[in-house]
Amino acid sequence: MEYFIQQLVNGLTLGSIYGMIAIGYTMVYGIIGMINFAHGDIFMLGGFAALIVFLLLTTFMAGVPVVLALLLMMIVGMLTAALWNWTIERVAYRPLRGSFRLAPLITAIGMSIVLSNFIQVTQGPRNKPIPPLVSSVYDLFGITVSLKQIIIVVITAILLSVFWYIVNRTPLGRAQRATEQDSKMAALLGVDVDRTISVTFIMGAALAAVAGTMYLMYYGVVVFTDGFAPGVKAFTAAVLGGIGSLPGAVLGGLLIGLIESLWSAYFTIDYKDVATFSILAIVLIFKPSGILGRPEVEKV
Amino acid sequence: MANVASTTASAGSELTARALREAVFSGLITLGLFVLFVGLKSDQNIRNELILNQRWSLLAIFVVVAMVGRFLMVAYAQPWLAQRKAVKAAAPEVAKEESFFSRNFSKIAILALVLYPPVIIALFGVQGSLKWVDNFGVQILIYVMLAWGLNIVVGLAGLLDLGYVAFYAVGAYSYALLSSYFGLSFWVLLPVAGLLAACWGVVLGFPVLRLRGDYLAIVTLAFGEIIRLVLINWTEVTKGTFGVSGIAKATLFGIKFDASKDGFAALMGLPLSSAYYKIFLFYLILGLALLTAFVTIRLRRMPVGRAWEALREDEIACRSLGINTTTTKLTAFATGAMFGGFAGSFFAVRQGFVSPESFVFLESAVILAIVVLGGMGSLTGIFVAAVVMIGGTEILRELTFLKMIFGPNFTPELYRMLIFGLAMVVVMVWKPRGFVGSREPTAFLRERKAVSGSFTKEGHG
Repeated sequence: MEYFIQQLVNGLTLGSIYGMIAIGYTMVYGIIGMINFAHGDIFMLGGFAALIVFLLLTTFMAGVPVVLALLLMMIVGMLTAALWNWTIERVAYRPLRGSFRLAPLITAIGMSIVLSNFIQVTQGPRNKPIPPLVSSVYDLFGITVSLKQIIIVVITAILLSVFWYIVNRTPLGRAQRATEQDSKMAALLGVDVDRTISVTFIMGAALAAVAGTMYLMYYGVVVFTDGFAPGVKAFTAAVLGGIGSLPGAVLGGLLIGLIESLWSAYFTIDYKDVATFSILAIVLIFKPSGILGRPEVEKV
Repeated sequence: MANVASTTASAGSELTARALREAVFSGLITLGLFVLFVGLKSDQNIRNELILNQRWSLLAIFVVVAMVGRFLMVAYAQPWLAQRKAVKAAAPEVAKEESFFSRNFSKIAILALVLYPPVIIALFGVQGSLKWVDNFGVQILIYVMLAWGLNIVVGLAGLLDLGYVAFYAVGAYSYALLSSYFGLSFWVLLPVAGLLAACWGVVLGFPVLRLRGDYLAIVTLAFGEIIRLVLINWTEVTKGTFGVSGIAKATLFGIKFDASKDGFAALMGLPLSSAYYKIFLFYLILGLALLTAFVTIRLRRMPVGRAWEALREDEIACRSLGINTTTTKLTAFATGAMFGGFAGSFFAVRQGFVSPESFVFLESAVILAIVVLGGMGSLTGIFVAAVVMIGGTEILRELTFLKMIFGPNFTPELYRMLIFGLAMVVVMVWKPRGFVGSREPTAFLRERKAVSGSFTKEGHG
């Protein structure tokens, strides 16, 4: 039983990271209906930005408190990733809006290749290990919970509340939801659609960068190929939860994280991704709109 | 007169001011984008700790290039383009007679491909031809064949498949495993590999038939990853990441390409060289690719091909006209998969070694990119796209003269995929419909109408 709860804790941590990435996928998909394949690499880029800030801090300002260091890593990572995603949207996706469905998908795949190879070329192809930032471990009723895990879950919860508030309670969120429902009508009613889409990309990238920072802190290592696997799993999470739905993305992320850690704990670790993808296929076959998604209405 | 001159002058200075503003703006953005990644580099020192190296001059070059580029773009390129567009719009469209070359492009291309190996041998000698026939010829033709195979699924039936490499893997492993465990020959296993891949196509097709559009994409992607993970982890059979090596070579009517007494070189009385085998492989893949093209062209004229195109254009209309969408989708998947399987077994026989490394998602992405960049559905366009994208990245390996410019440590290979990705984006933005953009249905009533597929939205494949 304790083993099971232990795995639940591990799964929740992993799932929070997936959930944060998944939100970026689901928001972009919801608003312009494209799979932003480069999103996983934006996550990786955020992780790298955090890594470099961390190295800057240790080189030039040794003895900075850990909280401040983490905060700085997160903020600079968010800014950098947001700027990248904004630029990518301007350069590669906006000119193709209104073009046929596959065009932005191809540029997104191209951008994903560009980003990971850009990092490989500029930062080198090797693993980038850092010393552990936070190493406290607590023992709660026989279950080991590390401070890292608590930080990740708490930050995810805070950011989700902020995002939920932005999307549901602010004029910006209203513009986003309007654009999502019908971008032409929204434009007619005075919503600046281009700006709304840009902001969506910026928000998604910021969350992905936070996820990247958390990933770096949790595993203590980042490498240029790290964008792909978490990216695909986060997209799986977004689809699983019902694409276009924010709570769905988080739910999907948590589910994927749980499936992964429970499968590795009780079956073989080699096939954990096979399990994840198989469950995705099964869910889609029986409930194609995902867990919390609205069923699509076919209009003729 | 003076008045007019002053207005143009003020317009010119306004333009310059705007260009300067935009240049500064893009310089700032470039600085923000690259300051962490180009300005600083994380390296390991001797004690395996990460340290930072500073490269501010490189960063400065990036920023200056971006600023100058943006300035020139806004101040000179854009007005010039606008002017040209205006001139073009003013002149009436003249219906151009298609030149002899463009009318007979496919025939000329096939002839050129058939003549390619002898010409290369004449130019570079037998040994020198190795690189050109193998790296450029065979490599490009494999991608042409894969892209033509995927074209059936994506271009004709409009089903977005992101896991096409799975069928390629099935074909390659079918040949590799069956030939090493049972000693069967390539010519027996080629159809077997195709059939097995087609079976997998049906197996994958069944569950995903209910899905549409992007859901289909993600499930096919997942399927591709599952196949790869199984290949990695099922070590008893597939030998895992070590891969299967020592795969038997193909033979030409029983003649082997080796140093033995009745090998090809000895029989023909030629000096021993591995180039003959490569040339044989070249003709083999050329034949396979042409078979793919032939089958595609013929199928497009058959009811099933028409049904695929109808499905791509509008699934609902398709169903209401009594087309069985289930079997239509399944046949598309199975046919596409079969050609992927053929290409896979060819890949195994060419490399003599297969490992899961060769079947990553990136391969699927590259193949899909070729199909879309070529203009979905157009065989010629896909061929051109494969030559440009694959040949272009292969050429980067050859650019040794760049070492003289950027110093001896410069390795163009490192930038291969970076440039490939950039090319994908640039070509797509520049020509969203692909090199040869045509989605015109092949079937039409009496006459071709101007309002054709290219104006309507695609169906929800």
